[in-house]
Amino acid sequence: MFDWLNYNPTAAFVVFSALKIGIAFGVVMTMVAYAVLVERKVSAFIQDRVGPNRTAPPLALKIPFVGRFLQGLGIFQPMADGLKFILKEDFTPSYVRTIYFWLAPAIAVIPALLTIAVIPFGSMLGSEKMVIADLNVGILYTFGIVSLGVYGIVLAGWSSNSKYPFLGGIRSTSQMISYEIAMGMSVIAVFMMVGDLNLSRIVEYQSGGLHHWLVWRQPLAFVIFLVSAFAETNRLPFDLPESESELVGGYHTEYSSMKFALFFLGEYANMIASSAMMVTLFFGGWQPLWGAAPAGSVFAGLTHILWFLAKLVAFMVLFIWVRWMLPRFRYDQLMDLGWRRFIPLALANILATAIGLGLYSLASN
Amino acid sequence: MPEFTDLLFYGLAALTLGFGFLTVANPFSRNPVTNAMFLVLTIISMAGLFVLLHAFFLAAIQVLVYAGAVMVLFLFVIMLLDLPEENRRQIKTLTLGLGTIAVAAIAGIFIKAISHAAPLAASDRWLDGETKPLGKILFETYLLPFEILSLLLLVAMVGVILLSKKDLK
Repeated sequence: MFDWLNYNPTAAFVVFSALKIGIAFGVVMTMVAYAVLVERKVSAFIQDRVGPNRTAPPLALKIPFVGRFLQGLGIFQPMADGLKFILKEDFTPSYVRTIYFWLAPAIAVIPALLTIAVIPFGSMLGSEKMVIADLNVGILYTFGIVSLGVYGIVLAGWSSNSKYPFLGGIRSTSQMISYEIAMGMSVIAVFMMVGDLNLSRIVEYQSGGLHHWLVWRQPLAFVIFLVSAFAETNRLPFDLPESESELVGGYHTEYSSMKFALFFLGEYANMIASSAMMVTLFFGGWQPLWGAAPAGSVFAGLTHILWFLAKLVAFMVLFIWVRWMLPRFRYDQLMDLGWRRFIPLALANILATAIGLGLYSLASN
Repeated sequence: MPEFTDLLFYGLAALTLGFGFLTVANPFSRNPVTNAMFLVLTIISMAGLFVLLHAFFLAAIQVLVYAGAVMVLFLFVIMLLDLPEENRRQIKTLTLGLGTIAVAAIAGIFIKAISHAAPLAASDRWLDGETKPLGKILFETYLLPFEILSLLLLVAMVGVILLSKKDLK
C-alpha cells in the first residue's frame, strides 16, 4: 500500500513528518488536558479530599459497571473544562494595549510546543526514526526556543497595563533569565561526557541498561536541571510570577476565557517539554530499564515509545506532587539560590567533569 | 525555476531587512516596546539565514543569546523606565549628512568584502553544523584573540557594576 513512498523520498519525508507532528501534537494536547485532571486528583489526595468525581456526559452513566467508575475517576472532567474555557465570555479590558494583549497568550504557547520537535520519543518504527527533527544542535535549539517563552509572560504583564500583572511579568523575566543560565551550564557537563549535542546520540550513549543512565554520572547536573526546570515552568515552589496571595493572578490577572486557557496550556506544555528533556538527558530516553538496541520490529518500536511516555508521566507526577507539598520561596531566596548557589555549583561541576575526563583519557592512553 | 533554498534565502533576507527597517523607523508606532519586538524578529530571521548557511550552531546561539536573553533585558529596562512614545524629530541637515557618510562607509566596506569573497561552494565549509570544528578554530587558531575578547567583556562587566553603584564604600 505504501510502495509509492519508497520511490519518492521527498514525499515520504513530508508525509511521515506531517504524521509525526500531528500525532505528537495530539498526544501533548491530550496529556495537557489530563495533567490538569491529575493535578486536581493528586492535590485532592494530598489534602484528604475527593477531587472531581461528578462530571459525566449524558449516556456515559448507562455504560454498565465502568460508567460510574470512570465518573469517579473524573475521566470526563477535561472535556467539561475545555468546553467551559471556549464558551466563557472573552473579556478584553478597555485599558490594555490590545495588540500585545492578544499576542501574548499565543507567544506563551508556541515555544513550549516547538521544543517537542527535537525530542526523540522512541527509537524506530519500521524505517522511520521516532523524532520529528534530528538536529545536530538539538539541545541548543531547545534552549533557544525555551528562552523565547518568556516573551509571552513579559508581554502579557506589560500589555495588561495594570500593576499586578506588570509586577508578575517583571518577576518572571528576571527569574527565567537567572535560571536559564544555571540550567544551560548544568547541561554542559552532560555534553562533555557524551561529546555530542544531538539528543538521539545522547540517548544512544546511555544504552546498556539502568546503570548507564547519565543521572548516575552527573547527579549534580541533574539536581540543578530539575530545580531550574521548576523555576523555568513557573511552578511552585517558584511560582512567584503568579503568586496569588500577593499578586492576585500575576501576569494573567486580566485574562479570561480561551486566552487564559492558553497560558495554562503553555505552562503544562512547558512541564511536558522539560520532563521530556530530563528523560532524554538523564534517564536514558526511550530505553527500557535493561537497555535495548533501536527497535527492529513495530512491536518493539511501540514499547520504546511507551517506555518514554512512562518516564515522562513519572516526571509530570513529580512536578505535580512537589507543587502541593512545598511552600513558595521568597523572591530574594529564589534569586540567591539561582545566582549564588546554582551557577557556581554548575561551574564547579563543569570543571570537575573536565578534570575527570582528562584524567580518564590520560589513564586509558 | 529557482531552487527552494534560494526562495528561502530571498524570503528570509526580505524579512530581515523589513523587520530591521521597522525597528529603526516604524511609521505605524513610536512605541519603544514595538521597536524592541521588531528587533527580536530581525534576530530570528537572521538565525534563519545562518541555518541556510549550515551554521546551525551560530543560529541556535543567535536565538539563545540575543533573542532569548539580551533582548529580554532590553525589554525589561524599557518597561521599567516606562518610556513615553517618542516624538517625531525634525531631521537636521548635519545629522542627515553624517548619517549618509556613515552608511556609505559601511556599504563600501561590505561591497569590498563581498567582491573579494570566494563563492560558497569553493570556500571550505568548516562552520558546517558541527560544534567540534568551530571549537577547534576558536581554541586553537584564534585562542589569543578569543581570550582577549573574553577578558574585555569581563572588564566591561566589572566597569558597569562599578559605575552603577552610586555610593562606594
